[in-house]
Amino acid sequence: MRWVLILWVALAAPAFAQSSAEEQRARDIGAQLRCVVCQNQSIEDSDADLAKDMRRVVREQIATGASNEEVISFIRESYGDYVLLKPPVQSNTYLLWFLPFGLVLTSLGWFALAARRKADTPTEIPLSESDQSLLEQLMDDAS
Amino acid sequence: MNLRGLIPLFVFLALLGAFAFGLTRDPRILPSELIEKPFPEFALDNLEGDQIITPEILKGQVSLVNIFGSWCVACTVEHPQLMALKDDPNLQLIGVDWRDTREAANRWLVRNGNPYDAVIFDPNSKLILPLGITGAPESFIVDKAGQIRYKHVGIITEKDWNNTLQPLVESLQ
Repeated sequence: MRWVLILWVALAAPAFAQSSAEEQRARDIGAQLRCVVCQNQSIEDSDADLAKDMRRVVREQIATGASNEEVISFIRESYGDYVLLKPPVQSNTYLLWFLPFGLVLTSLGWFALAARRKADTPTEIPLSESDQSLLEQLMDDAS
Repeated sequence: MNLRGLIPLFVFLALLGAFAFGLTRDPRILPSELIEKPFPEFALDNLEGDQIITPEILKGQVSLVNIFGSWCVACTVEHPQLMALKDDPNLQLIGVDWRDTREAANRWLVRNGNPYDAVIFDPNSKLILPLGITGAPESFIVDKAGQIRYKHVGIITEKDWNNTLQPLVESLQ
């Protein structure tokens, strides 16, 4: 049984290795691009006709010698930032990128302040004068 | 009065406002990147197959470029509105027949009427991606210099034409 498995892997591996470097680049690029009609899939993952068209354009662009960045910016020129699955860091996305860190820092600060305030509050309350005299009287009686 | 207890309420209201804004917009309508830019370069056959159309066709006249296909149900709904614009002397109607066959497109235009001054035949989505199209029908208003001025996603209704597109076309004359 084990030998069958090893044989199968040995025979199947070349088939996986066949995809060329260009095809690998096309897949890398495609994984970063949103299929604009399916909203939450990359064009590599989607079966939509438009995603097929986009995959073809990516491969055509690569074939003309464009770099990965050039291919992505070509698609971005017509479909906008929306087509990028990972939003770029720019002025209209600062809130998106930095708000979580801001919230963590704010709440940590808040927590630190509250902790210090609590530490400043004395936990030992001195006895009132009458209690103190009562205590002393009891101690005297006991001895 | 201690307002600190109300902080969660304010946070909740702020979230409510953000969701009310964010969740009620139609995510299918993407803002066009192409407004105020020249129409993308292309050279494609016309539907008859006897001529190659380039962006030159858009020069000198205000055009409505309409993406359609015989497979597109919504286009059939939109079609009467385009037919009504057929004889408008101030507007050139250019169709882009998308992901279609000549035979099916011709049959469709015979059955529903042909409002177009020219039809670009684009079976392989050559022009669709540079235009940032997500589905049919979509339409562009292109000015006399060949600059894209407006993108309309979906069916052009009579109301859309009267309220938005017609005033724009008139202002571009």
